[in-house]
Amino acid sequence: MKDAPGASKVARNSEGKLIERPLSPHLQIYRPQISSALSIFHRITGVGLGLGTLLLVWWLAASAGSDADYAAAVGFIGSPLGLLLLFGWTAALVYHFLNGIRHLAWDAGWGFDLPTAHASGRMVLVGTAALTVLVWIIGLIVW
Amino acid sequence: MAVGNPHITTMRSPLGRVRGLGSAKSGTAHWWAQRLTALALVPLAVWFVISLLALLGQPHEAVVHWIGRPLHAVPLLALIVALFHHLQLGLQVVIEDYIHGEAVRLAVLLVMRAAVILLFLIAFVAILKMSF
Repeated sequence: MKDAPGASKVARNSEGKLIERPLSPHLQIYRPQISSALSIFHRITGVGLGLGTLLLVWWLAASAGSDADYAAAVGFIGSPLGLLLLFGWTAALVYHFLNGIRHLAWDAGWGFDLPTAHASGRMVLVGTAALTVLVWIIGLIVW
Repeated sequence: MAVGNPHITTMRSPLGRVRGLGSAKSGTAHWWAQRLTALALVPLAVWFVISLLALLGQPHEAVVHWIGRPLHAVPLLALIVALFHHLQLGLQVVIEDYIHGEAVRLAVLLVMRAAVILLFLIAFVAILKMSF
Protein backbone atom coordinates (compact mmCIF):
# COMPACT_ATOMS: atom_id res chain seq x y z
CA MET A 1 0.00 0.00 0.00
CA LYS A 2 3.03 2.29 -0.22
CA ASP A 3 3.64 4.59 -3.18
CA ALA A 4 7.05 4.38 -4.78
CA PRO A 5 8.91 7.69 -4.53
CA GLY A 6 7.78 9.84 -7.39
CA ALA A 7 4.99 7.43 -8.31
CA SER A 8 2.58 10.29 -8.65
CA LYS A 9 4.84 11.81 -11.32
CA VAL A 10 4.48 8.70 -13.50
CA ALA A 11 1.68 8.93 -16.03
CA ARG A 12 0.71 7.79 -19.49
CA ASN A 13 0.88 10.08 -22.47
CA SER A 14 -1.79 10.20 -25.17
CA GLU A 15 -0.20 7.19 -26.90
CA GLY A 16 -0.46 5.14 -23.74
CA LYS A 17 3.29 5.21 -23.16
CA LEU A 18 4.51 5.51 -19.56
CA ILE A 19 6.24 8.85 -19.04
CA GLU A 20 7.53 10.87 -16.13
CA ARG A 21 5.62 14.14 -15.80
CA PRO A 22 7.83 17.24 -15.66
CA LEU A 23 7.88 19.32 -12.51
CA SER A 24 6.32 22.72 -12.92
CA PRO A 25 8.89 25.51 -12.94
CA HIS A 26 9.65 26.94 -9.52
CA LEU A 27 11.15 30.22 -8.32
CA GLN A 28 14.82 29.24 -8.62
CA ILE A 29 14.59 28.53 -12.36
CA TYR A 30 11.71 30.81 -13.26
CA ARG A 31 12.78 34.05 -14.94
CA PRO A 32 10.89 36.89 -13.22
CA GLN A 33 8.69 38.93 -15.54
CA ILE A 34 5.83 41.36 -15.07
CA SER A 35 3.12 38.69 -14.67
CA SER A 36 4.90 36.75 -11.93
CA ALA A 37 6.02 39.96 -10.19
CA LEU A 38 2.48 41.36 -10.12
CA SER A 39 1.16 37.97 -8.98
CA ILE A 40 3.42 37.74 -5.92
CA PHE A 41 2.77 41.43 -5.28
CA HIS A 42 -0.95 40.65 -5.13
CA ARG A 43 -0.23 38.21 -2.29
CA ILE A 44 2.12 40.58 -0.47
CA THR A 45 -0.39 43.45 -0.61
CA GLY A 46 -3.15 41.04 0.47
CA VAL A 47 -1.22 40.01 3.58
CA GLY A 48 -0.31 43.68 4.21
CA LEU A 49 -3.96 44.70 3.97
CA GLY A 50 -4.74 41.90 6.42
CA LEU A 51 -2.37 43.52 8.90
CA GLY A 52 -3.95 46.87 8.00
CA THR A 53 -7.31 45.63 9.30
CA LEU A 54 -5.78 46.06 12.78
CA LEU A 55 -5.84 49.81 12.13
CA LEU A 56 -9.41 49.63 10.79
CA VAL A 57 -10.65 47.65 13.81
CA TRP A 58 -8.83 49.99 16.19
CA TRP A 59 -10.46 52.99 14.52
CA LEU A 60 -13.95 51.42 14.76
CA ALA A 61 -13.46 50.27 18.37
CA ALA A 62 -12.10 53.69 19.34
CA SER A 63 -15.05 55.40 17.65
CA ALA A 64 -17.40 53.25 19.73
CA GLY A 65 -15.38 54.15 22.85
CA SER A 66 -14.70 57.37 24.73
CA ASP A 67 -13.43 60.69 23.33
CA ALA A 68 -10.01 59.79 24.77
CA ASP A 69 -10.03 56.42 22.97
CA TYR A 70 -10.89 58.16 19.72
CA ALA A 71 -8.25 60.85 20.22
CA ALA A 72 -5.62 58.14 20.83
CA ALA A 73 -6.48 56.25 17.62
CA VAL A 74 -6.69 59.37 15.48
CA GLY A 75 -3.53 60.70 17.14
CA PHE A 76 -1.64 57.55 16.14
CA ILE A 77 -2.98 57.61 12.57
CA GLY A 78 -1.98 61.31 12.31
CA SER A 79 1.54 60.66 13.62
CA PRO A 80 4.45 60.30 11.13
CA LEU A 81 4.44 56.49 11.60
CA GLY A 82 0.65 56.37 11.32
CA LEU A 83 0.64 58.44 8.14
CA LEU A 84 3.38 56.25 6.65
CA LEU A 85 1.33 53.12 7.43
CA LEU A 86 -1.80 54.78 6.06
CA PHE A 87 0.02 55.71 2.85
CA GLY A 88 1.27 52.11 2.45
CA TRP A 89 -2.23 50.87 3.21
CA THR A 90 -3.72 53.17 0.53
CA ALA A 91 -1.21 52.03 -2.10
CA ALA A 92 -1.69 48.35 -1.16
CA LEU A 93 -5.48 48.72 -1.26
CA VAL A 94 -5.49 50.45 -4.66
CA TYR A 95 -3.07 47.87 -6.08
CA HIS A 96 -4.96 44.86 -4.68
CA PHE A 97 -8.23 46.42 -5.87
CA LEU A 98 -7.06 47.06 -9.45
CA ASN A 99 -5.13 43.80 -9.81
CA GLY A 100 -8.05 41.96 -8.20
CA ILE A 101 -10.35 43.27 -10.94
CA ARG A 102 -7.73 42.05 -13.43
CA HIS A 103 -7.90 38.60 -11.83
CA LEU A 104 -11.72 38.62 -11.89
CA ALA A 105 -11.59 39.49 -15.61
CA TRP A 106 -9.28 36.52 -16.19
CA ASP A 107 -11.64 34.29 -14.23
CA ALA A 108 -14.41 35.40 -16.58
CA GLY A 109 -12.15 34.45 -19.51
CA TRP A 110 -11.23 37.98 -20.60
CA GLY A 111 -7.79 39.39 -21.38
CA PHE A 112 -5.85 36.18 -20.93
CA ASP A 113 -3.65 36.43 -24.04
CA LEU A 114 -0.11 37.59 -23.32
CA PRO A 115 -0.13 41.07 -24.96
CA THR A 116 -3.39 41.97 -23.18
CA ALA A 117 -2.21 40.50 -19.86
CA HIS A 118 1.03 42.50 -20.08
CA ALA A 119 -0.84 45.68 -21.03
CA SER A 120 -3.37 45.28 -18.20
CA GLY A 121 -0.48 44.64 -15.81
CA ARG A 122 1.16 47.93 -16.80
CA MET A 123 -2.22 49.66 -16.48
CA VAL A 124 -2.52 48.32 -12.92
CA LEU A 125 0.89 49.79 -12.01
CA VAL A 126 0.15 53.19 -13.56
CA GLY A 127 -3.38 53.17 -12.07
CA THR A 128 -2.05 52.35 -8.61
CA ALA A 129 0.38 55.26 -8.65
CA ALA A 130 -2.21 57.69 -10.06
CA LEU A 131 -5.12 56.70 -7.77
CA THR A 132 -2.95 56.56 -4.63
CA VAL A 133 -1.65 60.08 -5.27
CA LEU A 134 -5.17 61.29 -6.14
CA VAL A 135 -6.65 59.90 -2.90
CA TRP A 136 -3.89 61.58 -0.88
CA ILE A 137 -4.23 64.91 -2.65
CA ILE A 138 -7.98 64.90 -1.94
CA GLY A 139 -7.32 63.74 1.62
CA LEU A 140 -4.78 66.48 2.32
CA ILE A 141 -7.11 69.14 0.85
CA VAL A 142 -10.11 67.94 2.91
CA TRP A 143 -8.01 67.54 6.06
CA MET B 1 10.61 12.41 -21.50
CA ALA B 2 10.14 8.67 -21.72
CA VAL B 3 11.33 6.64 -18.76
CA GLY B 4 13.05 3.25 -19.05
CA ASN B 5 10.60 1.03 -17.23
CA PRO B 6 8.75 2.97 -14.59
CA HIS B 7 6.20 1.18 -12.50
CA ILE B 8 3.97 2.23 -9.68
CA THR B 9 4.24 -0.01 -6.65
CA THR B 10 0.82 0.56 -5.22
CA MET B 11 -2.18 -1.62 -4.53
CA ARG B 12 -4.55 1.34 -4.50
CA SER B 13 -7.11 1.78 -7.23
CA PRO B 14 -7.17 5.03 -9.25
CA LEU B 15 -10.35 6.01 -7.42
CA GLY B 16 -8.74 5.37 -4.05
CA ARG B 17 -5.77 7.52 -5.04
CA VAL B 18 -7.87 10.49 -6.04
CA ARG B 19 -10.40 10.40 -3.18
CA GLY B 20 -9.79 13.15 -0.70
CA LEU B 21 -7.31 14.83 -3.03
CA GLY B 22 -7.51 17.82 -5.33
CA SER B 23 -10.87 18.67 -6.78
CA ALA B 24 -12.46 15.82 -4.83
CA LYS B 25 -12.24 18.14 -1.80
CA SER B 26 -13.97 21.48 -1.46
CA GLY B 27 -11.58 23.50 -3.64
CA THR B 28 -14.32 24.94 -5.83
CA ALA B 29 -16.34 26.29 -2.90
CA HIS B 30 -13.23 28.03 -1.54
CA TRP B 31 -12.32 29.47 -4.95
CA TRP B 32 -15.88 30.61 -5.59
CA ALA B 33 -16.29 32.23 -2.16
CA GLN B 34 -13.04 34.17 -2.68
CA ARG B 35 -14.31 35.52 -6.02
CA LEU B 36 -17.77 36.40 -4.70
CA THR B 37 -16.35 38.27 -1.70
CA ALA B 38 -13.91 40.04 -4.07
CA LEU B 39 -16.82 41.08 -6.27
CA ALA B 40 -18.76 42.38 -3.25
CA LEU B 41 -15.70 44.29 -2.06
CA VAL B 42 -15.33 46.22 -5.34
CA PRO B 43 -18.20 48.69 -4.70
CA LEU B 44 -17.89 48.48 -0.89
CA ALA B 45 -14.18 49.42 -0.94
CA VAL B 46 -14.83 52.40 -3.23
CA TRP B 47 -17.66 53.57 -0.99
CA PHE B 48 -15.50 53.12 2.12
CA VAL B 49 -12.51 55.10 0.81
CA ILE B 50 -14.77 57.96 -0.34
CA SER B 51 -16.54 57.92 3.06
CA LEU B 52 -13.22 58.01 4.93
CA LEU B 53 -12.16 61.04 2.87
CA ALA B 54 -15.44 62.75 3.75
CA LEU B 55 -14.97 61.94 7.45
CA LEU B 56 -11.40 63.30 7.62
CA GLY B 57 -10.95 65.85 10.39
CA GLN B 58 -14.52 65.43 11.69
CA PRO B 59 -14.93 65.44 15.48
CA HIS B 60 -15.56 62.17 17.35
CA GLU B 61 -19.24 62.84 17.85
CA ALA B 62 -19.84 63.43 14.14
CA VAL B 63 -18.01 60.20 13.23
CA VAL B 64 -20.11 58.17 15.71
CA HIS B 65 -23.28 59.76 14.36
CA TRP B 66 -22.24 59.03 10.76
CA ILE B 67 -21.39 55.36 11.42
CA GLY B 68 -24.58 54.85 13.45
CA ARG B 69 -26.97 55.75 10.63
CA PRO B 70 -28.51 52.59 9.07
CA LEU B 71 -27.56 53.68 5.54
CA HIS B 72 -23.91 53.76 6.67
CA ALA B 73 -23.88 51.01 9.32
CA VAL B 74 -25.35 48.38 6.97
CA PRO B 75 -22.81 48.79 4.13
CA LEU B 76 -20.11 49.00 6.80
CA LEU B 77 -21.30 45.67 8.26
CA ALA B 78 -21.47 44.19 4.74
CA LEU B 79 -17.94 45.47 4.16
CA ILE B 80 -16.47 43.81 7.25
CA VAL B 81 -18.33 40.52 6.58
CA ALA B 82 -16.98 40.36 3.01
CA LEU B 83 -13.57 41.75 4.01
CA PHE B 84 -12.81 39.33 6.85
CA HIS B 85 -14.20 36.34 4.95
CA HIS B 86 -12.04 37.27 1.93
CA LEU B 87 -9.03 37.81 4.23
CA GLN B 88 -9.47 34.46 5.93
CA LEU B 89 -9.74 32.63 2.58
CA GLY B 90 -6.69 34.41 1.17
CA LEU B 91 -4.47 33.95 4.24
CA GLN B 92 -5.45 30.26 4.33
CA VAL B 93 -4.06 29.72 0.82
CA VAL B 94 -0.88 31.65 1.63
CA ILE B 95 -0.32 29.57 4.79
CA GLU B 96 -1.05 26.30 2.98
CA ASP B 97 1.41 27.22 0.23
CA TYR B 98 4.34 28.24 2.39
CA ILE B 99 4.12 26.21 5.61
CA HIS B 100 4.90 22.56 4.92
CA GLY B 101 5.01 20.91 8.37
CA GLU B 102 1.53 19.54 8.98
CA ALA B 103 1.35 20.30 12.71
CA VAL B 104 2.75 23.83 12.38
CA ARG B 105 0.49 24.52 9.41
CA LEU B 106 -2.60 23.42 11.33
CA ALA B 107 -1.57 25.52 14.34
CA VAL B 108 -0.94 28.63 12.22
CA LEU B 109 -4.23 28.16 10.37
CA LEU B 110 -6.15 27.93 13.64
CA VAL B 111 -4.43 30.97 15.15
CA MET B 112 -5.01 32.95 11.94
CA ARG B 113 -8.68 32.03 11.84
CA ALA B 114 -9.18 32.84 15.53
CA ALA B 115 -7.49 36.22 15.05
CA VAL B 116 -9.62 37.05 12.00
CA ILE B 117 -12.83 36.04 13.78
CA LEU B 118 -11.93 38.12 16.86
CA LEU B 119 -11.07 41.17 14.76
CA PHE B 120 -14.33 40.77 12.87
CA LEU B 121 -16.34 40.52 16.10
CA ILE B 122 -14.70 43.64 17.58
CA ALA B 123 -15.53 45.61 14.43
CA PHE B 124 -19.03 44.12 14.32
CA VAL B 125 -19.87 44.97 17.94
CA ALA B 126 -18.34 48.46 17.58
CA ILE B 127 -20.55 49.25 14.58
CA LEU B 128 -23.66 47.88 16.32
CA LYS B 129 -22.88 49.84 19.46
CA MET B 130 -22.84 53.08 17.45
CA SER B 131 -26.08 52.08 15.69
CA PHE B 132 -28.32 51.72 18.77
